Amino acid sequence: MSGCRDSKGCPGCPGSSLPPVDPKDPCDDRILLIGNPNVGKSVFFTRLTGVHAMSSNYPGTTVGFSEGRLRLPHRCFRLIDVPGAYTLDPTNEAEEVARRIIDEGAEVALIVVDATALERNLFLALQTLERGVPSVIALNMVDEARHKGIFVDVAALERELGVPVVPTVAVSGQGMREIVNRLGEARPGPFEPTDPDGRWRRIGKIVHAVQRVEHRHHTLRDRLEDLSVDRHWGGVIGALVLAFSLWSIRWVGEGLIDTLLDPLYETFWMPLLERLSGSLGGEGLLHYFLIGNLIDGAIDPEQSFGLLSTGLYVPLVMVLPYIVAFYAMLSFLEDLGYLPRLAVVFDSLLHRLGLHGYAIVPTLLGVGCNVPGILATRVLESPRERFIAATLISVAVPCASLQAMIVGSLGPWGIRYVAFVYLTLILSWVLLGRILHKALPGYSPELIVEIPPYRVPSLKGLGVKLWFRVKDFLVEAIPLVLGGVLLVDLLYMAGVIPAMAAFLSPLFRGLLGLPPEAAGPILLGFLRKDVAVGLLLPLGLTPRQMVVAVVTLAMTFPCIATFIVLWKELGGKKTAASIAIMIATALVAGGLLNLLFSLAEA
Amino acid sequence: MSTLETLKNGLDATVISMPSGECRRRLEALGLREGKRVRKISGMPFCGPVTVLLDGRQIAIGHGVACRVGVAVEGAEERASAGR
Repeated sequence: MSGCRDSKGCPGCPGSSLPPVDPKDPCDDRILLIGNPNVGKSVFFTRLTGVHAMSSNYPGTTVGFSEGRLRLPHRCFRLIDVPGAYTLDPTNEAEEVARRIIDEGAEVALIVVDATALERNLFLALQTLERGVPSVIALNMVDEARHKGIFVDVAALERELGVPVVPTVAVSGQGMREIVNRLGEARPGPFEPTDPDGRWRRIGKIVHAVQRVEHRHHTLRDRLEDLSVDRHWGGVIGALVLAFSLWSIRWVGEGLIDTLLDPLYETFWMPLLERLSGSLGGEGLLHYFLIGNLIDGAIDPEQSFGLLSTGLYVPLVMVLPYIVAFYAMLSFLEDLGYLPRLAVVFDSLLHRLGLHGYAIVPTLLGVGCNVPGILATRVLESPRERFIAATLISVAVPCASLQAMIVGSLGPWGIRYVAFVYLTLILSWVLLGRILHKALPGYSPELIVEIPPYRVPSLKGLGVKLWFRVKDFLVEAIPLVLGGVLLVDLLYMAGVIPAMAAFLSPLFRGLLGLPPEAAGPILLGFLRKDVAVGLLLPLGLTPRQMVVAVVTLAMTFPCIATFIVLWKELGGKKTAASIAIMIATALVAGGLLNLLFSLAEA
Repeated sequence: MSTLETLKNGLDATVISMPSGECRRRLEALGLREGKRVRKISGMPFCGPVTVLLDGRQIAIGHGVACRVGVAVEGAEERASAGR
């Protein structure tokens, strides 16, 4: 009787089945993915777990760590992407995290070693083996090594290290299956702990036994790599790259708005809004919140300030195109491997601002959004440096959303007004950096950084990265913009903003030459700065007043998201200090700009 | 004694002395230590960083540290020992 089996039992029928046994979580065993920065660790993570982790050419994107599941036919592991480290005697926060994770122990350590820089990579590998963690070694980038004339005898390396060694090319997937097959052979290495000198001697012997290097002639790529850090050409190339990036971001962003998103909004969304507005009678509470105020009898996507009009138009039509363009460019430069070279070019300037060249990476990230920018200041060594970098980003680096609105609002009056804003911000960045560097006790640490070879970015990798960054924007920014618009509507309705404006009137009129009504938008910049620029639009400011207002808005407060991450990274006291600096700088810069303009008029 | 900072671009040299403390640890982490051979790629203007080629990899080292890494230029060492 095949139709009558009770092996499954009936849910809820007593006696019909055994109570479910709570099995031990089959995914309790840990595999640690360990390696130097830039060895392709994140690519391994993506390949093995099927989860897309961010992979970059520079350290810092994976401070903290990512975790995914690796499912094998009979077993399941928690795969932990340990932050990239050169050594387990930590020299920075990422290495500290790495050491802690490794010291917690694991079933298997999968150590990723860069075949093009075997000697240096073996330092971390031996440190891990000395700690007695069962290990498997992936000798990655063997194709690249061959190209450079570096040949590693895999069998000999396996004998020397006493653990399985598998040659791989992670980006193409070569060797992944063998890695998985040999995880079961993981075993501790035959090494006793030793001091660094002893370890380097061991490594010297191993490398001598397994590696053969043939001389290769300079390729075009080598020449480009040398030119990028050349005394004269380095700066020229840096300036060209930045100028081209700005130009293409503007071109792509504007192109997307003019040819795609604005027409889409006008053709499909606007008629719906108009019909809704009509059926609501053009006024009333619901109309006020959903559609906003009618400007000259019509819905104005930038000024009406309803949830469905401005609340969607600002993030989706005005800002999103620039976000896409910016992150496409940044991800490209990142994956190409240009950013560490930019650090070399900017080092002597940043050194005078109390930072070192690598601070250019968090700063560039801040140009997209201040939040990841400030998070990325963790790659800097000292608390002093992190404070200066985070403060400079909050004060003088406008995020892409704000910039989209600055260009959108001032651009129509002429490019020179946009230029005024940027010049003021850049000048404030340099001067404030100088002042902080002089005023704070301590010194600028030195740049010591590896410059990875140029790599042609993979389109798929870029696509995935861009998607994640744009998704972050959509998920995080849109609710905040909608919330901001709602709060603005509520505050205006309750009469709070006029009251604040009256209170701050002397400051605004006297120092900044702005009408008191501008106080509301600038204070609301705390919510979101792009929305705040939208609030400035209906005030009928002159172009010069708008420049002053936008500069003050850009510099005063961090937006709420930036505020939260500043607090988490710096702590309450330093955040307070940082914000005091921001307000002071904003008032000084806005005041001077106003003074300058009124002198020019006189 | 020459240092990475004074070394001419394009020249090969052997590292003979290193700074101490934290700087040393960070340089060692990147594989730079006494006895290693390096080739200087460039030094940026206005006391900018020095870039060297070490085991086929470029490493950028801040000016203040680069001038504390002592090097012996290939050939110069042999001449010196022959003269001794």
